[in-house]
Amino acid sequence: MADYIIEIKNLSKSFGDHTVLDNISINIPKKENTVVFGKSGSGKSVLLKCIVGLMSPDSGEIIIEGKNVLKYTMKELNQLRKQIGFLFQGAALYDSMSVRENLEFPLIRNFNFTEKEINKKIHDVLKKVSLEEAIDKMPSELSGGMKKRIGLARTIVTEPKLILYDEPTTGLDPITSKEISHLIIELEESIDTTSVVVTHDLACAQIVADRAVVLKDAQIFFEGNVKQLVSSDDEFLKEFFGNEVLESNIPGNQENKE
Amino acid sequence: MEQDTKVNDELILNSPKLTEFFKTVAGLTTFSLQFFKNVFVPPFEFNEIKKHMVELGIKTLPIVTVTGFIIGLVLAMQSQPVMQRFGAEYFLPSMVALSVIRELGPVITALIFAGRVSSGIGAELGSMRVTEQIDAMEVSAIHPYKFLVVTRILACTLIMPIITMYVDFLAILGGYVAIALSTGINFQLYIDSAFKSILFGDFIPPFLKTFIFGFIVGAVGSYKGYNADNGTVGVGKASTTSVVVSSLLILLCDMIVVKLSIWLWPTT
Repeated sequence: MADYIIEIKNLSKSFGDHTVLDNISINIPKKENTVVFGKSGSGKSVLLKCIVGLMSPDSGEIIIEGKNVLKYTMKELNQLRKQIGFLFQGAALYDSMSVRENLEFPLIRNFNFTEKEINKKIHDVLKKVSLEEAIDKMPSELSGGMKKRIGLARTIVTEPKLILYDEPTTGLDPITSKEISHLIIELEESIDTTSVVVTHDLACAQIVADRAVVLKDAQIFFEGNVKQLVSSDDEFLKEFFGNEVLESNIPGNQENKE
Repeated sequence: MEQDTKVNDELILNSPKLTEFFKTVAGLTTFSLQFFKNVFVPPFEFNEIKKHMVELGIKTLPIVTVTGFIIGLVLAMQSQPVMQRFGAEYFLPSMVALSVIRELGPVITALIFAGRVSSGIGAELGSMRVTEQIDAMEVSAIHPYKFLVVTRILACTLIMPIITMYVDFLAILGGYVAIALSTGINFQLYIDSAFKSILFGDFIPPFLKTFIFGFIVGAVGSYKGYNADNGTVGVGKASTTSVVVSSLLILLCDMIVVKLSIWLWPTT
């Protein structure tokens, strides 16, 4: 039996009359990268926000490491959040803080590191994203790709057990998107973590994914590996991925990542 | 006729503006109560509070300097002929000082502060909300209300009395310039006659109400910004409605505090 870090059971969420998640159940295995696809408004980001407690589902259970997080007190939820990294679509860097302050912000407040340890962690993580020279810059001085890299650095600086990515490559050019996708893989290997990636970008999924989930009409439409996804004969999947799916580009899942 | 009244009642009760108004009142009350729940709970972000106080002080200094001086100057210029008409010119310095300390200083400063600071806080927090920076803080297990809101409300509450005292001083100085230009009164005599008739009850209630005004500016700006939605449109709305709501609340609160202070510290 697989070892799951997250078990989502019968989760439902509606906004007024509009149901975005209808009784869905997904299991996220440990140390694997799961990519969630779906049309805009299909509930992908809502799913991530429910996992991390930014939104409350109408019904269902979210079990992380054996405990239903929906029953957590705020204190317990914050303890859990210290072990989760979240990369937002627009990176969500704090405008009023420099890159250094953005990175040290969670370290100072949530952990008992010395100043020396914090400095080392910041320099190490900036080296990993190849942006050591940006340490004293403000977010307004960074390009879109650099912001994503710094966002990624801030996400992994606390070495979380679980990382949630909300459209990590949206708004970037294809080359930078590919760089970010490879960076995700490299960084995750360095800290040995589990990821859930919400994206529209099949190229990104082909690089990072072990498993793929497709949401359609508020329900799970497909669950399997990326190879099965891109070689599917289903009309909706063909239409959804369009010309991106080329025979020569069909990944061998794990092999492709290596 | 009865039917018409019923229809009107229904229209009022179903009015979106009225619903919005009551939602704002309820939301603002709950939001402000959260401040008292969080302000005494560690960690205390002293550096953030200090940073905001310096920023707010620097931001408002130029405009309150000009306004404070002109208020005193114009008040003395306008009052002088009237006081002369009643043979009470001798009381002009006292009248300027009393008007400035009891009412004009605190209220005008609070209204300027609302325009300059409340809108700024509304826009800043609104922009943080729509760019998911507040969510990012929350998922990092850092209490965004405590870090962003408590520090700003506290900074506004603490800086407001200091700015008001500065405005009072400048307005009294402005009054001196106006009176000195027309009568040649020396500064020592002006100050002596200005403060001769000021009692404890003239100074303390206006000083205390500046804390309340500061709290209103910080709380309204933070509430509107923290709850902003609809992207950049929401940020603009948060900024403008912060000024309107905080100015209105300052005037309403002033009315209540003046009545209370007259009752608690009768000065006649």
